[in-house]
Amino acid sequence: MTLDQMLFGVFPYLAVVLVIVVTIWRYFSDRFSYSSLSSQFLESKKLFWGSVPWHYGILVVLGGHLISFLIPRTILAWNGVPWRLYVLEVSALAFGLLALLGLVMLIYRRATNPRIRKVTSIMDIVLLLVLLVQVVAGLWTTIFFRWGSSWYAGFAVPYMWSLIRFSPDVSLVSSLPFMVKLHIFGAFSLVALLPFTRLVHLLSLPLSYLWRPYQVVIWNRRDSRRN
Amino acid sequence: MDVRAQVSMMFHLDKCIGCHTCSVACKNIWTDREGTEYMWWNNVETKPGTGYPTKWEDQEKYKGGWKLKSEDSPEDKDKIKLRASDKGRGFANLFHQPNLPTIDDYYEPWTYKYNDLFDSPAGDDQPTARPISLITGEPMDIEAGPNWDDDMGGSTVYAANDPDFADLTMAEKKAFFEMERMVFFYLPRICNHCLNPGCVAACPSGALHKRGEDGIVLVNQNVCRGWRHCVAACPYKKVYYNWKSGKSEKCILCFPRLETGQAPACFHSCVGRIRYLGVVLYDADLIESTASAPEDELVDLQREMILDPSDPDVIAQAKRGGMHDSVIDAAQKSPVYRFVKEWELALPLHPEFRTLPMLFYIPPLLPVLGRLENGTYTIDEKDYFGSLDKARVPMKYMARLFTAGNEEHVRKTYEKLLAVRMHKRVEQVGDLNQDDVDGMLKATGLTVEMCEEIYRLTSLPTFEERFVIPPMHREYATELMGDPYTFKAETGVGFANKPKRGL
Ligand code: HEM
Ligand code: SF4
Ligand code: SF4
Repeated sequence: MTLDQMLFGVFPYLAVVLVIVVTIWRYFSDRFSYSSLSSQFLESKKLFWGSVPWHYGILVVLGGHLISFLIPRTILAWNGVPWRLYVLEVSALAFGLLALLGLVMLIYRRATNPRIRKVTSIMDIVLLLVLLVQVVAGLWTTIFFRWGSSWYAGFAVPYMWSLIRFSPDVSLVSSLPFMVKLHIFGAFSLVALLPFTRLVHLLSLPLSYLWRPYQVVIWNRRDSRRN
Repeated sequence: MDVRAQVSMMFHLDKCIGCHTCSVACKNIWTDREGTEYMWWNNVETKPGTGYPTKWEDQEKYKGGWKLKSEDSPEDKDKIKLRASDKGRGFANLFHQPNLPTIDDYYEPWTYKYNDLFDSPAGDDQPTARPISLITGEPMDIEAGPNWDDDMGGSTVYAANDPDFADLTMAEKKAFFEMERMVFFYLPRICNHCLNPGCVAACPSGALHKRGEDGIVLVNQNVCRGWRHCVAACPYKKVYYNWKSGKSEKCILCFPRLETGQAPACFHSCVGRIRYLGVVLYDADLIESTASAPEDELVDLQREMILDPSDPDVIAQAKRGGMHDSVIDAAQKSPVYRFVKEWELALPLHPEFRTLPMLFYIPPLLPVLGRLENGTYTIDEKDYFGSLDKARVPMKYMARLFTAGNEEHVRKTYEKLLAVRMHKRVEQVGDLNQDDVDGMLKATGLTVEMCEEIYRLTSLPTFEERFVIPPMHREYATELMGDPYTFKAETGVGFANKPKRGL
């Protein structure tokens, strides 16, 4: 088995199994540990300039990846007209840079503030560094290998679908430049890291807040309340 | 009518001696862990003062509690919204909560490097124990601490910035700080276990809830995800963020103690015996309309929500809702019911925050009216109600605290307190005119019997009269049966695994 087959044919499955099994296991065995582990209470201003750009940037970029993954042909058709391609590429770059800016701020904050250092675990450092590599590789791809949005839809998406069909087509990625390969490997590393880090917080997105009533009353003896 | 029970509280401020025993009792049981050093679920502030966290009452700064929607858009009337956020903004603010206080708004907790006193090598100087931050472990300069402004210490910085001075004119403010007239009193505070809690409403994860049977408001540590919106939304700043565990925590009204028939630690230990605890029954159907009432009706309407536990209709409805007889019985004996509803003496703190707080206060009479005469502390008894106009603390100030600025309302309470006092004075000292005192009673609507009962329950109550703890009936659904001290220095009460900070 070649290295490429290991990294792009086997590792993705390992990552997905890990994320499913460990996340569920962690949820049921140690729910207390599910938290955003916010450190805003100890330092607020720099967090604002880190967390807000980071999250808006990364969520839009991730959303873009997801949409293109679901409807690659539509994206290719959209990119058929040059100005539409530029709009897409420039927005992707802008949000990517926003995420990078935020991430650098978050890393700087963790490294320099003694209070924040006190609530930084090894996994926090690992996560932030992997994210940094991932974002830099992504931006590198956007800037130096034009036009990413098109060949992502043309190469990466078919590769991911081949994974889903359980017949990984490694040839689709093995010819790609190093930085792109790094980006793909980084993505699955993050999937694998998710249950071992604070990244579990993104599974806790409390959507039910949208429809639940403001007040929550819990009765110990439910049957005793007839209405 | 939806009759529910609330374990409710009353603090008699005339009796508070500012000893902080309550705070220490609470800290020793619940907040002596890493991450909670700065938390004082029970704290005692000097008023006037800026309080804890600094200027917590200033909702321009902290954006806690509710406000009328009509303040923003006059057309949709009578409905309220959280000052800090609505549901949409709740999501937008997940990544950074703009109204979250930081630890510096409270104080950075510290200890001293005591070992240096023993381990330092011999030298010319005495070794000293330097202050060490309990967060970073580094040496630090102490800039603030709990009760930094106790007894008006540094009053030019602290007391002068009291948010409750908002309604006072410059001259009135100045008069407040004249040396000879200077006056202060204590304000002990715990979570109010509100009927319309902002903390519960703000939590996106639904981690906070009000217990149906007794109304205690809790944070479920297993559901909390550290979004910290509850901290921002509580106008009393009584939810605290544990910086170590990444979860929010708050006063639990010592429910493990209540469930075993003991008064909460701060109540039990109170040296001044200022604290009363008992059940009140209320109509939960009225929560929304009361919370969105015009400001000057808030106190009255909240009182109206509280139901007469001896009324057969109320009892029937309560039973239909599944309330146990023993709880209704406890409600009938509740000292809080008497002070709040029957005698209308106790008032909620800052009702204008619209959370419908269920901790009530009897405003202090002595420091407000008392003065120094020939070296003796005295009250101008002979002036009857007139003394209220000469009060050292303007009624306006007390109104800001307890009646959403309604001076007449707080004055009515004071007149009653004075009338009871005069009544006892005629009886025991006999130096006042009986007719005048009778006139005072008439004006305030008090009878001689009521005065006697108020006097008894204020001055001579037994332990059992102060704390009428309803049986919690955990035999029906056990959350915890056992000795609360088992969990001392732990987070929460009983986890299958040790609760430690997540990865
Ligand atoms: C689903 C939506 C998400 C929500 C609601 C959310 C919320 C949060 C919150 C509340 C914090 C704590 C900030 C603080 O210290 O106060 C945080 C931190 C963090 N989030 Fe997210 N997040 C989301 C998605 C993501 C995604 C998709 C990623 C990355 C792939 C991510 C990566 C991080 C990282 C690395 C931190 C730590 C920042 C630090 O160094 O303090 N989040 N997030
Ligand atoms: S006082 Fe207590 S119940 Fe009321 S909003 Fe604050 S934390 Fe919630
Ligand atoms: S223990 Fe009682 S008297 Fe002492 S400060 Fe607390 S409330 Fe006041």
